Amino acid sequence: MRVALFLTCVNDTLYPDTGRAVVKLLTRLGVDVDFPMGQTCCGQAHYNTGYRHEAEPLARQFSDVFREYEAIVTPSGSCGAMVRELYPRMGERARAEGRGDTLARTLAPVVPKTYELTEFLVDVLGVTDVGAYYPHTVTYHPTCHGLRGLGLGERPRRLLQAVKGLELRELPGADECCGFGGTFAVKNSDVSAAMGADKVRNAESTGADVLCAADNSCLMHIGGTMTRLRTGMRPVHIAEILASTEEEPLG
Amino acid sequence: MSGTFVGMPAFPKAAHEAVHNTTLRGNLRHATHTIRGKRAKAVMEMSDWAELRDAGKRIKDHTLRHLDRYLVQLEESVTAAGGTVHWAADADEANRIVTYLVKATGESEVVKVKSMATQEIGLNEALEAEDIHAYETDLAELIVQLGKDRPSHILVPAIHRNRGEIRDIFAREMSEWGRPAPEGLTDSPAELAEAARLHLREKFLRAKVGVSGANFMVADTGTLVVVESEGNGRMCLTLPETLISVVGIEKIVPTWQDLEVFLQTLPRSSTAERMNPYTSTWTGTTDSETADGPSTFHLVLIDNGRTDTLADEVGRQALRCIRCSACLNVCPVYERAGGHAYGSVYPGPIGAILSPQLRGTASEIDASLPYASSLCGACYEVCPVAIDIPEVLVHLRERVAQGGPATEKGNKVVLKPAKGHAAERAAMRAARWALSHPGALRTGQRLASRTRRLHPRTLPGPGKAWSASRDLPAVPAEPFRDWWQRTNGGRTNGGKQEGTK
Repeated sequence: MRVALFLTCVNDTLYPDTGRAVVKLLTRLGVDVDFPMGQTCCGQAHYNTGYRHEAEPLARQFSDVFREYEAIVTPSGSCGAMVRELYPRMGERARAEGRGDTLARTLAPVVPKTYELTEFLVDVLGVTDVGAYYPHTVTYHPTCHGLRGLGLGERPRRLLQAVKGLELRELPGADECCGFGGTFAVKNSDVSAAMGADKVRNAESTGADVLCAADNSCLMHIGGTMTRLRTGMRPVHIAEILASTEEEPLG
Repeated sequence: MSGTFVGMPAFPKAAHEAVHNTTLRGNLRHATHTIRGKRAKAVMEMSDWAELRDAGKRIKDHTLRHLDRYLVQLEESVTAAGGTVHWAADADEANRIVTYLVKATGESEVVKVKSMATQEIGLNEALEAEDIHAYETDLAELIVQLGKDRPSHILVPAIHRNRGEIRDIFAREMSEWGRPAPEGLTDSPAELAEAARLHLREKFLRAKVGVSGANFMVADTGTLVVVESEGNGRMCLTLPETLISVVGIEKIVPTWQDLEVFLQTLPRSSTAERMNPYTSTWTGTTDSETADGPSTFHLVLIDNGRTDTLADEVGRQALRCIRCSACLNVCPVYERAGGHAYGSVYPGPIGAILSPQLRGTASEIDASLPYASSLCGACYEVCPVAIDIPEVLVHLRERVAQGGPATEKGNKVVLKPAKGHAAERAAMRAARWALSHPGALRTGQRLASRTRRLHPRTLPGPGKAWSASRDLPAVPAEPFRDWWQRTNGGRTNGGKQEGTK
C-alpha cells in the first residue's frame, strides 16, 4: 500500500517530533510511508476564517499532491476533518455558485482515502496494540473536530489503553472544547483563555503527568496555558506515545 | 430588533467584562451544566431520537420551501375560525399594528405570555411610548422586567441571576408595579415563586388584553400552540377578552400531525422534560359566553428579515430553529461570555447566526457575532432540527470578511467587506501565496528555525492576544521536511535530528 503522510503545515514547522513519531510508528507496523515534498497546508485556517476562495487553491494543490496514493494519513483531527467534511462542501458551493463541477471533481478522489492517524491504525491496519511502551500517567482530551467531525469515538482511548506502562486517567469535562478554535484564540482571546484555563484545571485534577490529544494546534494552546499557569503537566501528541518503545522511549 | 440593544459593543469587548465577573461565571456554569446533563439523559431515553431529529428538519425544510403557500393557507384557516390576520414587514410595522389594536380596545395595559418575537421587535418599549403598560407574566421575564434588565437566555432569560439577586429585585421593585413582595421574603424558591404568584394574580384577573407569541402555527387548522412550564401563559391565553399573537412567519407547520415530532423534541431539548407541563392550543375565537378563551383574536405575522434569510441557501437553515436553547446550554463560549454579550434577544450559537441575518452585518456587534465561536460543533450535535450552526457561522464570516451576495429587504445586493478586515485579508492572501509555493514555505520555516534563539516569549501588537495568557511554542531546530530530506525519511544518518531540541 502506498501511504502518504500529510503532516500539516503546523506540525511540519513547529512539531517535527510528531512527524518523526508517525514515521517511526507506521514503519514499525510495516507500512511504507512517503512524505510528498509538494505538500503544504489543507486550507483550514483560511476556510474557517471566512476566506473560502483563498482556501480553494490550497485544496486543489492538496489533491494534486496526494491523489495518487492509496491512503493519506494525518496526525491531526481538524485537518483530517477539513479534507473529509469540508472539501466536499467546497465543491458543492462552487457548483451552487455556477462555477461547474471542476472543483468538486478535483477534490473528490482524496476525500475517502484521507484518515486521521488513529482511524488509520484501528480501521485500516486493524490494530489497537501497537507495541508501545510509555511509563507515565496520561489523560486524554478528545479534540472537537476529531470527536464531532470525524467521529473518532473510542479509537484513541483503545490505542492508549493497550500501551504498556501507561496509566490512563479520566479527564472531567473531556468533550468540552479547549478554546483554541484557530483564529478564535486571538479574535476572542478572553473567552479562549478562560476555556483553556478551565481545561487545564480539569487536566490537573486528574493528577496525570501528561495531557494527550490527537491535534497539536489544540495542544499548543493547552500547553501554552499549562506553562503560563506553571502546572508541571506537559502536552504530548498521541503519535509520540504510540511510537515510544522500551528500546527507544519518547516524550 | 429591540431598541434596548442598539449601540452594543463588538462581542469580544462585551465578553471581556463577563469573563472577569466571577458571580456571573458561577451562575452560568452552574445553570448550563445542570440543564446540559439533564437534557442528555432525557434524549438518551429515546431510541428514535435521530429519526425524530431528521423528521423535524424535513418538516421545517418542506414548510420553508413552500412558505408562500402555507402562509396563505394559515390566513384562510385563522380567518375562518373567527380571527383576524395582520402582516408586518418589519418591527416598526408590527409595533404600530399591535399598538393600534390595543388602543382600539380602550385598555391601557396588557398581560404577556413569554414571547421571543415580541422581544425581538421591542414591543414593550413601543407600547410604553404610547402609555400602554405591558406586564411580563413568565417568572423569569418578570425578574428581567422588574430588574430593568435585559434577557440573557432564550428559555431562562434571568439565567444570569441567582436566588439572592432575585429576592432583592422582588423586595425592591414589586411595589412599583403592583402588589409588593411579602415582608421578610427569603431566597427560598418556594417563597420567591409564591411572591410572583400573588403579584401576577392581580394582573391576570384585571387584564382585558393578552399578548402572546406562538411556538407553532398549524396551517391547515389555523391553530396556534404555546408550550410552557408555569401555567401563567395559559392564564393570559384564556382570561382576557382580546388576544393578540405576534408570530414570526417561519413558525408554521403544515398539519396538526406534524406537532407530534416537535412536542417530543422541544421539551426534551429545552427543559429536559419528557413532556412540557402546559401545552395550550387555540383556534380563532370562542363564541359561547361560558367557554374559556378570547372573543377577539388577532394574529400579527412578522417578517423582520426572515424572507431575506430564506433567500440565502446556506443561512436559511437558521429558520428551522424552534427556540429550544439546547445550543446555548452546551456552548462553552456562551457559558463564559454570558447572553448579554451577544447584543440581541437571541444569544448563544443560534443568536450568532440569526442576528447577523435578521439585522444584517452592518453594525459592529452583528459583524463580530459570526466569530463568537471556536467552531467546536457541540451546538450542531444537540440541535433538535439539525441546524449546522458552524457551517452558517463560517458562511457569515465569509460575508463579513469578503462581502458578496445577500438579500436586503427583498432586494439582491452585493455587500462590501466589513470595515477592519483589510489587514487580515492581506495576511490571508500572503499566507495562501506562501503555502501555494512549498519553496517559499520552506524558506520561511528555515528563517524561523535559524532565528529561534532570538524569538521573544511574548508578542507585541496583535500577537499579544495570544501571549497575554499563553506561552509561545519553541521553534524547532529544523522543520520536518528538512529532516525528511536530510535523512531520506529517517533511513540514513540514523534518522537523528540536527542540533539540539
